[in-house]
Amino acid sequence: MTRYFKPIVFLACLAPLGRLVWRGFDADLGANPIETITHGTGDWTLIFLLLTLSITPLRKLTRQYWLIHFRRMIGLFAFFYGCLHLVTYVWLDKFFDVHEMLADIAKRRFITAGMTAFALLVPLALTSTRWSIRKLGGRRWQALHRLIYFSAAAGVIHYIWLVKADKRKPLEYAAVLAALILYRIATWIGARVRVSAGRATSTAGIPEA
Amino acid sequence: MLIKQAADIRSSEITAKRLYLNRRTFLSAAALAGTAAAAGWRFAKVLSPRESVWAGNKINGIQKSPFSTNETITAYKDVTHYNNYYEFGTEKEEPAELAKNFRTRPWKVKIDGAVEKKQELDVDAIIKMAPPEERIYRHRCVEGWSIVVPWIGFSLSELIKRVNPTSKAKFVEFTTVFDMAQMPGQQRHVLDWPYVEGLRMDEAMHPLALLCFGMYGEDLPNQDGAPIRLVVPWKYGFKSGKAIVRIRFTEKQPQNTWNTMAPNEYGFYANVNPNVDHPRWSQAKERRLGEFYKRPTLMFNGYDQVASLYSGMDLRKNF
Repeated sequence: MTRYFKPIVFLACLAPLGRLVWRGFDADLGANPIETITHGTGDWTLIFLLLTLSITPLRKLTRQYWLIHFRRMIGLFAFFYGCLHLVTYVWLDKFFDVHEMLADIAKRRFITAGMTAFALLVPLALTSTRWSIRKLGGRRWQALHRLIYFSAAAGVIHYIWLVKADKRKPLEYAAVLAALILYRIATWIGARVRVSAGRATSTAGIPEA
Repeated sequence: MLIKQAADIRSSEITAKRLYLNRRTFLSAAALAGTAAAAGWRFAKVLSPRESVWAGNKINGIQKSPFSTNETITAYKDVTHYNNYYEFGTEKEEPAELAKNFRTRPWKVKIDGAVEKKQELDVDAIIKMAPPEERIYRHRCVEGWSIVVPWIGFSLSELIKRVNPTSKAKFVEFTTVFDMAQMPGQQRHVLDWPYVEGLRMDEAMHPLALLCFGMYGEDLPNQDGAPIRLVVPWKYGFKSGKAIVRIRFTEKQPQNTWNTMAPNEYGFYANVNPNVDHPRWSQAKERRLGEFYKRPTLMFNGYDQVASLYSGMDLRKNF
């Protein structure tokens, strides 16, 4: 089932880029095309990061466990759009001026946050293969991949710090991220409660069902 | 030899370069994606001329001005579809759509504060105070982009002279209309409405400071500040208030809106200055709309004649 879905999802993930290119050829990127490309790729990086983080809650809440098969692909698309976003900055905004970029990273906190978000995604993309999971061991691999929470948080902060006055859009992203993190905290607490409750009942000598 | 010249070509119709540059930008993006081929047939559309839509009434008797630059004028479509006009929305394309039905007549401008006679002037009476001039100015936004606009108006000093400020008048404060029903952006508290800006008296009296009611040979479009606005070309764009309803002369420095919002980011003076960075971005360069590469930002946006207004002032402190 998922085998047939994968190419479809893959193409769907490419759609935002396709639309950007289409609009480019249509001379429809507005008065400041480079800004449109920058904001477009940035938005989709955040969206894909949040989608990646939605897979686990979604599959548990809807009991659609097969969704896990798409998590890696969607996560890698977050990295892909992040790369496009970074390339736009390095190339079309700074024209490879290393000195200017270093000054930017040091002085502008929104750039610092953005670079942090990207840097945190690199090890995740590099260890996204089955081989890496085997090599690292499931537990260590999972611990490493928790970096995605920090990357997403840094990405949202990057957006909040960038905006001059109207924080509505970045705060929408922040709200979704907060909900996804709260879900994890809630399930974690829930699991601990169940474990201790389980212990309590087993000491009472009632066998578990 | 007889050299024929086009009689009345609007400078804004010259968009070929922009299209060309756009195409190059987009090709880069496409190459990056490796999907250029897929969109190949759209090519023809890019190469066909772009349609231009004008707002309305032509202004008669426009005089040329020695203050005009001969730099390439930015495409009309860009100047009317890339607006920082938060009263109509914080996205740059929003004002073009949301200001469509904005009513600019009847329109009164209140003149008060330190003046001999407080009064309300009709905007059409103000417009007739002096002959209209075309001033092709560079316009630099604090966000790092710039445009070249053929504004129409006359020096703000023409109005100030006629309303007789008293000796107490050290500053001039400009207030933008506050009309939530017509300006959807004002329904949210993004800024402290109404929008207020101000100038020191000598800045306001400088001949470059323009009271503006038109552009590209016509009435000002709503999204660009109709019916009447300020244009102060050596300062960042936010100093140039739009849709002005009140001009007040004051003894104390007016509290301008962006300074209230973020005092460490936006000063009162806001002179274009490549050496003083905005805390969140460098001001050394700018992107001229329609151009691919950035260009260096000039001190006072290239209007060196205002430098004497600030002699002895630390422009780092008074940013």
